[in-house]
Amino acid sequence: MAQITEQADIRPRHGLAQWSEQIAFAVLIVFLIIAPSFIYPVLLMKALCFAIFACAFNLLIGYVGLLSFGHALFFGWSSYVCAFAAKRWGFPPELAILAGTGAAAVLGLVAGAIAIRRQGIYFAMITLALAQMMYFFALQAPFTGGEDGIQAVPRGYLFGLFNLADQMTMYAFVVVVFLACFLLIYRIINSPFGEVLKAIRENEPRAISLGYKTDRYKLVAFVLSATLAGVAGSTKALVFQLASLTDVHWTMSGEVVLMTLLGGLGTVFGPAVGAFIIVAMQSYLAGFGQWVTVIQGGIFVVCVLLFRRGIVGVIAQALRIKL
Amino acid sequence: MFDFLGIPPQALFGQLLLGLINGSFYALLSLGLAVIFGMLNIINFAHGAQYMMGAFVAFFLLQFGIGYWPALIIAPVIVGITGIIIERLFLQRLYQLDHLYGLLLTFGLALIIQGLFRHQYGSSGLPYAMPAQLTGGHNLGFMFLPNYRAWVVVLSVVVCFGTWFVIEKTRLGANLRAATENPTLVRAFGINVPRMITLTYGFGVGLAALAGVMAAPIYSVNPLMGADLIIVVFAVVVIGGMGSIMGAILTGFALGVIEGLTKVFFPEASNTVIFVIMVIVLLWRPAGLFGRAA
Repeated sequence: MAQITEQADIRPRHGLAQWSEQIAFAVLIVFLIIAPSFIYPVLLMKALCFAIFACAFNLLIGYVGLLSFGHALFFGWSSYVCAFAAKRWGFPPELAILAGTGAAAVLGLVAGAIAIRRQGIYFAMITLALAQMMYFFALQAPFTGGEDGIQAVPRGYLFGLFNLADQMTMYAFVVVVFLACFLLIYRIINSPFGEVLKAIRENEPRAISLGYKTDRYKLVAFVLSATLAGVAGSTKALVFQLASLTDVHWTMSGEVVLMTLLGGLGTVFGPAVGAFIIVAMQSYLAGFGQWVTVIQGGIFVVCVLLFRRGIVGVIAQALRIKL
Repeated sequence: MFDFLGIPPQALFGQLLLGLINGSFYALLSLGLAVIFGMLNIINFAHGAQYMMGAFVAFFLLQFGIGYWPALIIAPVIVGITGIIIERLFLQRLYQLDHLYGLLLTFGLALIIQGLFRHQYGSSGLPYAMPAQLTGGHNLGFMFLPNYRAWVVVLSVVVCFGTWFVIEKTRLGANLRAATENPTLVRAFGINVPRMITLTYGFGVGLAALAGVMAAPIYSVNPLMGADLIIVVFAVVVIGGMGSIMGAILTGFALGVIEGLTKVFFPEASNTVIFVIMVIVLLWRPAGLFGRAA
């Protein structure tokens, strides 16, 4: 069976190539430090939240080969729980994020246990349907605020010390959260556990024949991905001080697929790059209304037909490095 | 009149009829998805957008003085032709790849189509008048039956079973099923399989457009009319299992009726009942009610 990810040829040709990931990571950090001086911090924070979301999603599609079309479920519901905890229960930000993330983990466990019962296309349709079900719950449930969402969520004081209402403090916090998630995902995919995931992606029957309980691995990967998507959703709720229906809608699930596909499925940096590009595009084209949707659809078509490796995948292939 | 569990019969049968109407659309759409999936191994995410296009083409035809009855034929043909173009231009390049790429590509196409229509017509609905012959209705004693709704159910049943008959009982259908099983061998017998695949996609898309024309007088013609519907139809397809044409049809009608009944007895759950049933079916029979285990 053909694979959803196309691996770049990564035989190193020169000495620097083996340091490619470290160099790219250093460039990323430098960018995040200097970026606020020329890019609006809220836009950067939005892009970083989506970058976490896309990296979490990529963990599933890129390394296990499972296409979830319902990741907005975890993103949106974690942001509701985080916003509710911060506003109604008066949780400090770190606990509110923890609450949102925990909710996403529980939802991930339930949705994952149901969805991994089918493979391939069915998996995508089931996750989409489950997310749509929870969208209707969000629409009707009393505590989500229906069409209004939960507004004016207080950012509070992180650990009782740092006032997140200050834009740059919030930015620093989001950068730290992003880097932590990014390194965690990097650690996961390069661990023995990650190797088993890749083996399942390449050839599931063979992994089973080698004695791996693949369903268990897939479920753990699903829960990890949902949990990290929960971190993204919770952080976004604090950044925008808002949790709304947009974040649980299927269009959000589509957007995270688009970001990951554009950046490069199964690459370490691709999803983050894709998230920055899509967020930037939405922000600069906001005045064009429906054309944004049309352009997003066009990017899907072009990516699928012409460059399935995505931007980072193409660069990695051209330079013969790992990214 | 009698009351059933405290529900007046008018309300009960009224919702049952609405459920049957929704079921007609679910059946037509999931049938189209199943036919396309059987032949192309692609889940057509653009199905909802193509359903919407059917309604819009009927609306455009009306501007040229072409009424409902001709539109019932012309609109599916026009939309089917756009489907054939899509298959030739895009989908045929994906058959060698993972099935998920087909899903992603058709999702992108759905975004493009819906975005273009929304740009042009906004998101409020456009009215489409009912054909004069089918206005009014009959009083059946226990309920009022609008003629148009009865027509939708009857036409949908006829089209669904006609499709089932062609695929399961005719020589053309036998070729089609054989090509699904083993395209290489069928080509060796001199049958043009790529053309068959193209026409199958056109036919499946045409079914979606037909459902769109039928829906136009009931629901308003609206660029997003297919967007949420397609997700419900996906759940229907998961419940039925895509291996069987009859399974797709029966599941579609049954779930429409169940959804209608839910509106009577537990209205809060009417949006979600199909998804809940999907979860139960997945836990009990992962391959779907009519599906074969992979």
